[in-house]
Amino acid sequence: MVRVDAKANGNSLVQVRDLDKKYQRGSEEIHVLQGLNLDVGAGEFVAFMGPSGSGKTTLLNLLGGLDLPTSGSIKVAGDEITHMSANKLTAWRARHVGFIFQMYNLIPVLTAFQNVELPLLLTRLSKAERRQHVETALAVVGLSDRMKHYPRQLSGGQEQRVAIARAIVADATFLLADEPTGDLDRKSAGEIMDLLERLVHEHAKTLLMVTHDPRAAERAHVVLHLDKGVLVEGGAGGGGEA
Amino acid sequence: MAIPLVYNVRSVRQRWTSSVVAVLGIAGTVGVFVAMLAMARGFKATLVSSGSPRNAIVRRAGADSEMVSAVSLDQLHVIEGAPGVARNGSAPLVSGEVVVIAGFNLKSTGTVANAQVRGVSGKALEIRDNVRVIQGRFFKPGLAELVVGRNAVKSYAGFDLGSTVKFGGGTWTVVGIFDAGGSAFDSEIWCDANVLSQVYKRPQNVFQSVTARLESPAGFSAFKDALTSDPRLSVQVDRETEYYEKQSRGLTTMIRVLGFLVAFVMGIGAVFGALNTMYSAVAERAREIATIRALGFGRSSLIVSFVLEALFIALLGGIVGCVAVLPMNGFTTGTMNWQTFSHVAFAFKVTPGLLGLGIGFALLMGLVGGVPPAVRAVRRPIAVALREL
Ligand SMILES: Nc1ncnc2c1ncn2[C@@H]1O[C@H](COP(=O)(O)OP(=O)(O)OP(=O)(O)O)[C@@H](O)[C@H]1O
Ligand SMILES: [Mg+2]
Repeated sequence: MVRVDAKANGNSLVQVRDLDKKYQRGSEEIHVLQGLNLDVGAGEFVAFMGPSGSGKTTLLNLLGGLDLPTSGSIKVAGDEITHMSANKLTAWRARHVGFIFQMYNLIPVLTAFQNVELPLLLTRLSKAERRQHVETALAVVGLSDRMKHYPRQLSGGQEQRVAIARAIVADATFLLADEPTGDLDRKSAGEIMDLLERLVHEHAKTLLMVTHDPRAAERAHVVLHLDKGVLVEGGAGGGGEA
Repeated sequence: MAIPLVYNVRSVRQRWTSSVVAVLGIAGTVGVFVAMLAMARGFKATLVSSGSPRNAIVRRAGADSEMVSAVSLDQLHVIEGAPGVARNGSAPLVSGEVVVIAGFNLKSTGTVANAQVRGVSGKALEIRDNVRVIQGRFFKPGLAELVVGRNAVKSYAGFDLGSTVKFGGGTWTVVGIFDAGGSAFDSEIWCDANVLSQVYKRPQNVFQSVTARLESPAGFSAFKDALTSDPRLSVQVDRETEYYEKQSRGLTTMIRVLGFLVAFVMGIGAVFGALNTMYSAVAERAREIATIRALGFGRSSLIVSFVLEALFIALLGGIVGCVAVLPMNGFTTGTMNWQTFSHVAFAFKVTPGLLGLGIGFALLMGLVGGVPPAVRAVRRPIAVALREL
C-alpha cells in the first residue's frame, strides 16, 4: 500500500505527515518540501521521480534520518524520528536504514568484505557470525568471488552491488536508494535493477528509490513524482496503488 | 564496536605523500629532543663515572671546585692519618693534587681548547681503580713526564706516545696513555704534582685538592666527621661521586633546558604539520566520513578513529626519530666543563628511557595535532557532506 493523501489506515511501515523542508541560502529561503505526505507499506518498491532540484535527495535524507525537517512528522515502524536526539538517531539509522548511493560511497581502503562488514561492527554479532552474514550478503549480490577486492579493482556495477550488500547485511527495515543506476551504463544499470527487484520480491525488502531513469522506475510498484514540494502519483510502474 | 584500525592505517598509507610530511616533522623533533637528552645523559654519566664511592675529595672549605682550592702539605699529613683511609702496606692511599688549565690545539678544528692538567701523587693509580695505563707507562716521580687520557690523545694534536710537549714553561715527554673508563679523567693530562707546581712556579707543597681512598664506602662519614671537626683543618669533604655529579649539574641542566626549548619550538612546527595533514585528510574524506556516519557510527567513534590515525602517524614519526638518533649512542664529542673551564670528552647515551620519552613526546604531538581535525570531521552535517564529490 502506497498513498500520498495522508489517508492511510495507520499500519504503514513509513508514515510521513505534513513534511516541510526549507533551506536558507543567504537571504533567500528555498522551500523544497511543502506539506508532503506519504505512506509506504512493508515490502513495497516505490520510485521517486522529478526534475533536478525538486527535492528528491532532500526527501530521502529526511526519511533516512540524515537530516531534520523544518516541520512535520516521519514515523518508521512506529518510531517518530524527527524528535530523536542525535545519538538516538545515529543508532536508529544503524538498526533500520540501508543506504544505496549514486556514487556507491564504498570506503576505498577497505576490501569488499570489510566494506560490507562495517554495519555489522555496530551489532553484537561475533566475528564468525559477521563473516557468515557478509558472505551471505555478498552471495546475494553475486560477488562471492570478489570479497578480497578493493573498490578500485571493481567495475562500477560491481561496486554498486557491494554497496547493496552493505545496505542489506544488517537486515535494515527499509532501503533508500538515491539514483542507484545514475552512474552506470545501461547494461550494468539493468543488472542492478534486476538485483534490487529480486531483493523486493525474493527477500521481502522495502525499497524507496530516487531515479531519473524511466527504465529503472518502471520496475517499481509505484512511481511518485515530486512536484512543487509534494508527491503526486502517476505514470509508469506496476500500476497505481499496489 | 569501533571503526577498525585498518581503516586508518590504510588511509595513512593511501595518502602517504601527505602523511610523510607529518611523519618527518615529528621524527625531526623527536630526534633532536632525544639527542639533546642523550647528550645531557652522556655528559652526566661521564662526570659521575669519574668518581668512586670509595674515594673522598677534600678541598678548602668554601671552594666550589678544585680550581679555587688550596690544601697544604701539613694538612695533607693530617688527612693521611684520618680514620678509614685505605693503606697499601704502611703508605696511606692519599693523593695531593694540583690542577692547571693549559691550552692545546684541537685536532678537529685546529683551535685552542683548555685541557685540565692534573698533577697527582705516584699513588694516583691505586686510588683511582677506574684508571689504567694502556700504552707506555706511568710517569716517574720528579720527572717532567706526562700520561695522557685516552680522549685527550684523540682530541689534542701532538700527544702521541713519545712526543714532547711544551707548556707552562716546561718541556714534557709523553710516556703513557691511560684509559679512565669513559670518565672525565679520559680528557685529562696527568703528571707529577710537585713537578707541575715547580714548572708553574707555584708554592711547593700546596695542593688544590686531596683525594683519599677509603677502606670502604661506609667509612666516609667517619672520615668526613674527623676532618671537618679537626681544628687544624678548614676543609670540606665530599664523596668523589657527589663532587662530580655536582659538577655535571650545571651543564646537564642547561643542555636539558635547551633541549626542551628547541623541542618545544620544533614541536609547534611538527604539530602544525600534523594538523595540516589531518585537516586535509578530513577534507578529502568528507564524503567517506559522511557515509560512515550514515551507516550508524557515532561522532565519538569517528573522533576516536581520526585521533588514532593522528597518533599512528605520530608513532611512525617517533619511531623514525628514535631510529635516526640510535646510531648516536656512544658517539663521542667534547664540550667545556663550565665548572673547571676545561674540555671534556663524553659520549651520547641513548637509553631506552629516553627513547620512551621520545615516543611519548611524539604521541603528545599527534594528540594535539589530531584532535581539532577529528572534531572538525564530525561537525559537517551528513547531508551536506554526502553531496560532495
Ligand atoms: N544544504 C543545502 N542548503 C541550501 N540549499 C540546498 C541544500 N541542499 C539542497 N538544497 C537545495 O534544495 C533543492 C533540492 O535539492 P535536492 O538535492 O533535494 O534535489 P534533487 O531532486 O535530489 O535534485 P537532483 O535530481 O539534481 O539530485 C535544490 O534547489 C538545492 O539547491
Ligand atoms: Mg538528488
